[in-house]
Amino acid sequence: MAYSDKVLDHYENPRNVGVLDKDDPNVGTGMVGAPACGDVMRLQIKVSEDGVVEDAKFKTYGCGSAIASSSLVTEMVKGKTLDEVAAIKNSEIVEELALPPVKIHCSVLAEDAIAAAIADIKAKREEQSTVKASA
Amino acid sequence: MQVDFSNNYFELFELPVQYVVSQDHLDTRFRSLQRYLHPDKFASASDAERRWSMQAASFVNEAYQALSKPLSRASYLLSLHGISLDEETDTQMSPMFLMEQMELREALGDAPDAADPYAALDKISAQLNNGRRDSESAFTSAANNADWTEARTVVRQWQFLEKLNSEVQAQEARLDDAL
Repeated sequence: MAYSDKVLDHYENPRNVGVLDKDDPNVGTGMVGAPACGDVMRLQIKVSEDGVVEDAKFKTYGCGSAIASSSLVTEMVKGKTLDEVAAIKNSEIVEELALPPVKIHCSVLAEDAIAAAIADIKAKREEQSTVKASA
Repeated sequence: MQVDFSNNYFELFELPVQYVVSQDHLDTRFRSLQRYLHPDKFASASDAERRWSMQAASFVNEAYQALSKPLSRASYLLSLHGISLDEETDTQMSPMFLMEQMELREALGDAPDAADPYAALDKISAQLNNGRRDSESAFTSAANNADWTEARTVVRQWQFLEKLNSEVQAQEARLDDAL
């Protein structure tokens, strides 16, 4: 199958590959997997006190489209607020990377990874405010 | 002998609808169905009969493939119980499991550069084989208890193990080629 130039670009030069400290209170980690192809994706965001994404890293084991989708997403989320990030839809990824229908599930994986990372950071922040409130 | 397209695969192979099957029985029944449907037997048959025999043969092949492999048999049994794996849309898995999968994939990526690449791959294989055996027994007991939610979770994880196992084998073949 032929990959689009944008997929190839992200695949050959993936942006923001790496790891953030998952125990950092300002880091949200999302881990998701696609049983159909055995892909595993980890997406992490570092969020400022006022809820802006300052940094993002990913590690993906999967096909070119899954790697490109997660690479693109790390670029998209930087500088956005958590609400803006939560509004990112997989269709934007599909469009940007010109993914064919059989690869749409790769973009779903990336969207779900963002959602999981947001849920993680929100849970951490809630826990912290509960600790503060009870202190 | 009849091939009834409304049968499920287990019925076609005269097996009870359950995960544990006798491979001998499966093979014997497959061979006799193949003999019955052999194109030579339909050489002088009508076009309609010949078309039927070809469709029946491909139905039999499909059923045999699905029932012969442990993971595909488990998936098929789930589908008979109306359970979908949602393998392209449901990406939520146990974080612990995904973490282990990531580590195994990292180990596979590092294996070619290891001092003894074959030993590194063997180690991954051994871990995967344990996981696949565990999946099979976990599926068997979940299915016996008709706990289809648990059975679905097991199969979804099992899919990762089979996929990774085939990647380990591909890596091994690449090492062989490089010798």
